[in-house]
Amino acid sequence: MTALAESVAGAGGVAPGTPARPSRRRGSGAWRFAVLLVLGVYFLVPIGASVWYTVRDRVDGGVTGRVYGAIPGAEGFAEAFGRSLLLAGLTVVLALLLMVPTVVLVELRLPKLRTAVELLTLAPLVLPPIALVVGVRSVLAWAPDYFYGTPVAEAMFALQRPSLPWILVLVYVVLALPFVYRALDAGVRGSDLRTLTEAARNLGASWPRVLGSVVLPVLRTSVLNAAFLTVALVLGEFTVASILGFETFPTWIVRISGSQAQLSVAVSVLSLVVTWLLLLLISALDRRRGTKESS
Amino acid sequence: MLAVEAFRATDPVTFEETWSTGSITAITEGPYRRAYLGSLQLSAITAVLGAVLGLALAVAILRARRGRLLRRLVLTASGVLANFGGVPLAFAFLATIGGQGVVTAFLSDTLGIGLGGFTLQSMTGLAVVYLYFLIPLMVLTIVPALEALRPQWREAADNLGATGWQYWRHVGGPVLLPPVLGATMLLFASAFAAYATAKALVGSSVPLVTLQIADALSSNVVVGAENLGKALALGMVLLVGLVMAFYAWVQKRTQRWLS
Repeated sequence: MTALAESVAGAGGVAPGTPARPSRRRGSGAWRFAVLLVLGVYFLVPIGASVWYTVRDRVDGGVTGRVYGAIPGAEGFAEAFGRSLLLAGLTVVLALLLMVPTVVLVELRLPKLRTAVELLTLAPLVLPPIALVVGVRSVLAWAPDYFYGTPVAEAMFALQRPSLPWILVLVYVVLALPFVYRALDAGVRGSDLRTLTEAARNLGASWPRVLGSVVLPVLRTSVLNAAFLTVALVLGEFTVASILGFETFPTWIVRISGSQAQLSVAVSVLSLVVTWLLLLLISALDRRRGTKESS
Repeated sequence: MLAVEAFRATDPVTFEETWSTGSITAITEGPYRRAYLGSLQLSAITAVLGAVLGLALAVAILRARRGRLLRRLVLTASGVLANFGGVPLAFAFLATIGGQGVVTAFLSDTLGIGLGGFTLQSMTGLAVVYLYFLIPLMVLTIVPALEALRPQWREAADNLGATGWQYWRHVGGPVLLPPVLGATMLLFASAFAAYATAKALVGSSVPLVTLQIADALSSNVVVGAENLGKALALGMVLLVGLVMAFYAWVQKRTQRWLS
């Protein structure tokens, strides 16, 4: 593997030594083009083919947007999508409430804990969600087994109401930690938060005021980024919802795919493209703000 | 933080409480052993392929001179594909090269050739779909490391008369090796844990641990299947833990150069 990686990385540089620069550039151009072409085809063909699959009319061979028009009215769509959006919103709020103070605190007061927090927040990235959900199921099974008739059991049952499963919110907060932490951490490192907060404190601002008027505005794009990645994660999460038996947006897609194949593909493609456009918009905002500040 | 920690700590405890050596020996035999091997094999192959292709793509978009737009397009698309999850990808591929897929139909109707016995409902098919989110993940992970390669190193090597190959062999390669290895581990863990894609694509016809766990959990027929699922999950956690330990070790070595 080492050799493979090196040969890929080094493929741009196999030109003869003497006039190193120009020949290397030319060789690397052709190589770059080939990589972009092959991977471009690989990534664009499935999307293009899916769009074609959804707009072609099976009967007379024409093109129709009928499938896309049918999405909002599809059985169960509004309910599942609405629930997923609600879960996403709750997850974002909870994850930010948890992580913004943590990141700020680690940066300003407890830099020694940085490595520990980093490792802790990275854990969900590699912990298989299916293993996590097995654990969650076992914990939830305590309610009828050990706590029956106590308030604890009542609380645990309340977590699992099918209309708004709070347990999913809790699990999603854990799953979103790596993304939220990384986005916020990048924001904190990019800004000179320590100086700014010290200045604010010296001018007599209270800690809540520092958080509200200094930290949050500085971290605005990071917070936006974190929130967005969390929303994408929650809208696409299938494993946990499916194993715990709740119907969310992705489990709904899988459920209808048997009877309405075109509809399931249409919703899939639409969700991917819309998410991508939103992320592109956020990155554009980010950049505009960045250049404005630096100029 | 506390809630999260408590949450995570409870998982192993519940495993241990319901343990009996019976389920542990059971999962090292027969179909479960096959499932572990299948998962490991699929993850290893897709992780290496994804790492190589992702690295190539990352280098290609970073080298582009007028490529700011291209770069942003690729990076945001990578963010979506790597995070959004497998269900939409599975359906996009079904519509493309599945049994009724557009490309399948085009190949067999217009060109008169089929897919040559290829089906999505196989290990190869899964690998093709997995790469669709593993390559973006590699790009996202490795771009910071590539950006940290200082141009001065390249210039110094050039001034000393090094060829491009020598530069990569003695400077770029050794510096990039730890992050590339680390990213490959991450890809491996991600492919190993993938469930949604496989579930949406193949049901449970391919031996994969995640599918077996889901089967065990939803089974009402076999007595003790729930414990079997837990044992399988524990096995996964252990394997991923090993990979993670290696990743942490690699990361420690990286920090020296790329800080």
